[in-house]
Amino acid sequence: MRRRFHHIQPESFEFTPDNLVWAQRQVQNYPPRRQASAIIPLLMRAQEQEGWLSRPAVEYVADLLEIPHIRACEVATFYFMFHLKPVGSVAHIQVCGTTTCMICGSEDLIAVCRRRIAEHPHELSSDGQFSWEEVECLGACSNAPMAQIGKDYFEDLTAQSLSGIIDELAAGRVPQPGSQIGRFSSEPVTGETSLTEIQAGGALRNAAVERALQRGDSIRRIDGSES
Amino acid sequence: MDELREIQIDGQLFEVRPELTLIQACEEVGIEIPRFCYHERLSIAGNCRMCLVEIVGGPPKPAASCAMQVKDLRPGPENKPPMIRTNSPMVRKAREGVMEFLLINHPLDCPICDQGGECDLQDQAMAYGVDFSRYREPKRAVDDLNLGPLIETCMTRCISCTRCVRFTTEVAGNTQMGQTGRGEDAEITSYLRRTLNSNLQGNIIDLCPVGALTSKPYAFTARPWELTKTETIDVMDALGANIRVDSKGREVMRIIPRNHDAINEEWISDTTRFAWDGLRRQRLDRPYLRRDGRLHPVGWSEALQMASEKLSIGPVAGLAGELAPTEAIYALGKLIDDLGGRKECRTAREALPAENRSAYAGTATIDAIDEASRIILVGTDPRNEAPVLNARIRAAWLRGAEIGLFGPDLDLTYGYDNLGSCARDLGAFADSIGDESSDCLVIVGQGAISGRSGEAILAAAMEIGSFGRGLLMLHRAASRVGALDVNFTHPAGLDAALASVVTVYNLGMDETDIEPGPFVIYQGSHGDRGAERADLVLPAAAYTEESGIFVNTEGRPQLAAKATFPPGVAKDNWAIIRAISGEMGRALPFNSLQQLRLALTRDHPHLGALDAVPKNGLQMLPRGSCDDDEITIADGEFYLSNPILRASPLMAELAGQSSPMEAANARAA
Amino acid sequence: MLDDRDRIFTNLYGRGECTLAGAMRRGHWDGTAGLIKKGGEWIIEEVKNSGLRGRGGAGFPTGLKWSFMPAPDGVRPNYLVVNADESEPGTCKDREILRHEPHSLLEGCLFAGFAMGAESAYIYIRGEYVRERELLQSAIDEARAAGLLGKNAAGSGWNFDVYLHHGAGAYICGEETALLESLEGKKGMPRMKPPFPAMAGLYGCPTTVNNVESIAVVPTILRRGAEWFAGIGRPRNTGTKIFAISGHVNAPCVVEEAMSIPLRELIDRHCGGVRGGWDNLKAVIPGGSSVPCLPAELCADAIMDFDWLAGQKSGLGTAAVIVMDQSTDIIKAIWRLSKFYKHESCGQCTPCREGAGWMMRVMNRMMTGDAETSEIDMLHEVSKQVEGHTICALGDAAAWPIQGLIRHFRPEMEARIAARQTASNTRSAHEQKRAAQLVSTSSLQDEV
Ligand SMILES: Cc1cc2nc3c(=O)[nH]c(=O)nc-3n(C[C@H](O)[C@H](O)[C@H](O)COP(=O)(O)O)c2cc1C
Ligand code: SF4
Ligand code: FES
Repeated sequence: MRRRFHHIQPESFEFTPDNLVWAQRQVQNYPPRRQASAIIPLLMRAQEQEGWLSRPAVEYVADLLEIPHIRACEVATFYFMFHLKPVGSVAHIQVCGTTTCMICGSEDLIAVCRRRIAEHPHELSSDGQFSWEEVECLGACSNAPMAQIGKDYFEDLTAQSLSGIIDELAAGRVPQPGSQIGRFSSEPVTGETSLTEIQAGGALRNAAVERALQRGDSIRRIDGSES
Repeated sequence: MDELREIQIDGQLFEVRPELTLIQACEEVGIEIPRFCYHERLSIAGNCRMCLVEIVGGPPKPAASCAMQVKDLRPGPENKPPMIRTNSPMVRKAREGVMEFLLINHPLDCPICDQGGECDLQDQAMAYGVDFSRYREPKRAVDDLNLGPLIETCMTRCISCTRCVRFTTEVAGNTQMGQTGRGEDAEITSYLRRTLNSNLQGNIIDLCPVGALTSKPYAFTARPWELTKTETIDVMDALGANIRVDSKGREVMRIIPRNHDAINEEWISDTTRFAWDGLRRQRLDRPYLRRDGRLHPVGWSEALQMASEKLSIGPVAGLAGELAPTEAIYALGKLIDDLGGRKECRTAREALPAENRSAYAGTATIDAIDEASRIILVGTDPRNEAPVLNARIRAAWLRGAEIGLFGPDLDLTYGYDNLGSCARDLGAFADSIGDESSDCLVIVGQGAISGRSGEAILAAAMEIGSFGRGLLMLHRAASRVGALDVNFTHPAGLDAALASVVTVYNLGMDETDIEPGPFVIYQGSHGDRGAERADLVLPAAAYTEESGIFVNTEGRPQLAAKATFPPGVAKDNWAIIRAISGEMGRALPFNSLQQLRLALTRDHPHLGALDAVPKNGLQMLPRGSCDDDEITIADGEFYLSNPILRASPLMAELAGQSSPMEAANARAA
Repeated sequence: MLDDRDRIFTNLYGRGECTLAGAMRRGHWDGTAGLIKKGGEWIIEEVKNSGLRGRGGAGFPTGLKWSFMPAPDGVRPNYLVVNADESEPGTCKDREILRHEPHSLLEGCLFAGFAMGAESAYIYIRGEYVRERELLQSAIDEARAAGLLGKNAAGSGWNFDVYLHHGAGAYICGEETALLESLEGKKGMPRMKPPFPAMAGLYGCPTTVNNVESIAVVPTILRRGAEWFAGIGRPRNTGTKIFAISGHVNAPCVVEEAMSIPLRELIDRHCGGVRGGWDNLKAVIPGGSSVPCLPAELCADAIMDFDWLAGQKSGLGTAAVIVMDQSTDIIKAIWRLSKFYKHESCGQCTPCREGAGWMMRVMNRMMTGDAETSEIDMLHEVSKQVEGHTICALGDAAAWPIQGLIRHFRPEMEARIAARQTASNTRSAHEQKRAAQLVSTSSLQDEV
């Protein structure tokens, strides 16, 4: 897939004051004069702030880190999590299509996206609220098929449950991420076959789901004031 | 250096330096390894995989010979020297495979490709004659770029070797090119597909191993085998870059670099490469005489007669310009001397002390840049005055050398400390450096020594250099050192030389105006500023059209060769002067260029030792007072700095588009 | 079967508390300083003696790798880098450690870092694991606040800190040198070796890159002793191992088991068996997408460890087991992997950049049957032209699944082609056109 900046671009980009503070803190994670290391986190934050990654944003981050624009452009176009054109204003749905998910039904999920959002990946739905794409393995194969929406994984999906999730999102609600068939995390659906003696438990949900619910920021834009 | 290491290549034992890569080691012993991405003057990319060799006893797969050093090889079986094979079945198979991959998406358009006949890919495809008809899938098409008026692109042919990206980033210090995207859709591109902004960009045409980047001006004008190739010397700046002029019939079709490690390595600037369209325009192809304020064509005999007449009366002055060969300057000097006239070549009023070669040609060679740990630039913008030299300074900087600058701030493609802006600062620096063991190489530009404090600045700079690696005088005019070598100077300088003269013999001097008054004979190749002021115009050969010695900025005499013929009835520069002397009944004592050279080298033996830089005994100058005169940079638009360039439509276009480099470039690490 | 008492990751599913307090109750950070006081050499010896082999895919002995690190020279710091890029299709084991067992990883970092003279560790986590990153960051913050990281970490006398860094969607960044490039702020393009990271890695400094699981098992190895770990599994294939089983089993899961567990036992005991019964099994990819598949015939006796699987020209890889039953179109399943590798090739070196796309396109035609039988051999040759000729192992990884397919399922490929040829002789032009459209939409992706 050819990766280029979108033909329509905003005039400018700037981090929100909070995000700028955050960005400056990120740079501290690396040794002196190695600030270029922070480029992926900063580009990602720019994307989280705006929903997609515009050319002014890439140049802004490059200038912040004192990197030539072409080097930042190389990075922005190399890594596929960067959306170089606008995505759905509510959610961009990334369905894993790699082998495990495929043999477990991801093609049905993609059919749902085609039908409900847009015929082609990266195309906005008619109301501009949704877009979708097929992505490569997201590393949750024991819970296949699955999709990433915003910051969260929605696992053990069916065409029906994905459709329901889209309904919820369209209605302004954020459904609970994680397994959609009631699994806790990646244990066998029929119940644990190991750690049966040890686990006391007490947690209602696995840590990732718990965190998503606490923060409620699955699909929210990030301006830095959150944490 | 480590001791030599034994290595067995294709069954033969050799001793090589351990730090060599395998590809270099093979080259040293005469075994050629095919390559696309490897280039000895660029960083190692190892991406094309064409140079794979077998390492016996190593892992069961071939290794990239461009990336592996001899010292990294494990000893061979039974502790024998390491063994590599460059032509085993494993190697052959690997290379055939790589060739096939390179060709599946490469258009088979050799007949219409400008690289045809000199294409590495084409050559290797012959050598590894693979049948790529196995590929049944559609070929990839890639969009072309518009890199500006110099470079034509056909990106579908690109094999992603990244040489162009590495050259622009590493050597030219330009951060516009890169490879975006990834996988088979990765694109070699300039940032936002914009035109390139570098006066060294033409080199990527040579570097590109296929026909993805070709010369736009040369496009479809000739095939390599139709060209006559002449090895010669460039005169667009004072570096004396070694070039090859390719001509077809009477026309220069293109100019490409030749390697000279001590001068231009294998790079040339864009003016050097693309100046040739200026050789076809504005040419003086017959003599002209001014009557009623306008120049009218005349025949040679009338012209010679007129010249002789004018030179016979009253005081005469001879001026030597920027592009004249040393032989012509020498001949003119002899004639002027004979007439009791004055002569001068320091036409920008540079404080270059005649007869002190250690000052006017300096004491350091260009390649001293490679070793210096500290380089001090005084009133020079090497990026404009000698772009290839600037790349060398950049390489030194990348290697860790510190760069200091006296003068206004500049964008040089590398980092530097501005040590001061006026003569006083330089003086203070010279005083502070004392005799401590400093490792400074001082590079002085003509701008620095053309002002009021010029002499003092030069003296201070010499002193700084004297404690370190010496002085490199960076000239702008290709003829200048040669003219100084043959003493074409007046003790009191330009203005004194011209004071109340009746006739001026202007040998191709186009950069300084001559006041109204005297009768001016202009001899040169182009109808430029000099001809405009002239009363009599004598048409002469340009640098590609006659043989002549040029002494470069470090004082190295080199021989330029005749590649084509001058247009119309224009003649060799020396021959015109010889003819006038005959006309005047004061025939100069040589009837051929050989005889002239004999006389020249008898008077100035070092000019006979071609390609050698004479050691110039250091003759210090008296330190003058350094006040707050600003240290300036010689002005002049890079792309329009001589009559040939000013005649070139291409250069005009570049001059129009060239803008100050984006600040980002300076930050390139 | 592994006894719960011998399981290292006792909070694998996150039922327990993931906080520091919870981790400490489960025995983490217990006696850390005391173990460190035994010295770096002792730690490396223990890890060597445990037989631990890298869990990132290649199975290189971890202790040996650590011993390659030079002593810090006072000029260049040594670095530990943890590979949490987990992007190999089928693999989802490190994720559970990152979100539910972060302290085993952090404590492991301290031991490994100390043993190799590194005062800083970077953990490179794949960009998509957002919650995992956040959870790991809270664990780091908690550990710092408790003095377990930072100056005099855990009272050990060693100054040590851990930094979290993330990617943004590029499988290649799991390759250790591409990871380092990415961590330095560049495209994830693998470097040539030598020099190896232990000589010139992150920022040109000596660096060791290890997988999450390789590091996270170390605290328990040190506490329980190398012999304990070495006693599990077969010789050269020791210890416990997290398996991730996905695909056509009744209950896919992630589970920690003994190395060298028979495949069938793994599936039957933990995954409720193959969907439709063992006889319904068609093939298994035993170690993540990069290793060749095993046909059902070989699965019955399969032993899940490095050496047995290597003996079958496959590999343990990341121990990600993808199970495919008889309903699977195995050609399509492998085609999808080819598409993955084509998508993930960094584009740097010729054989992979050009070969991955070529192989995918031929595989596409193999899937639809629009190929010549002779092209099966050609495809195999092309895969051989990629394998072993690239800068990094992604080229090999792209080649192997196809080689496995051809080795074991050639008749099926031939049958597909033959069927297609018969069909196209009888089919109407209209139908052919439709089929061609289907093929093209499934393999094309739009520009972004
Ligand atoms: C294309 C490619 C992708 C890889 N991806 C990962 C990965 O996601 N995680 C990982 O730990 N190792 C991955 N590796 C292996 C690493 O290069 C490296 O061998 C490993 O991190 C070393 O850790 P270990 O010795 O602990 O196994 C990958 C290798 C290749 C060639
Ligand atoms: S094998 Fe593929 S992924 Fe690895 S360096 Fe070469 S192109 Fe990049
Ligand atoms: S010349 Fe060695 S890989 Fe290209």
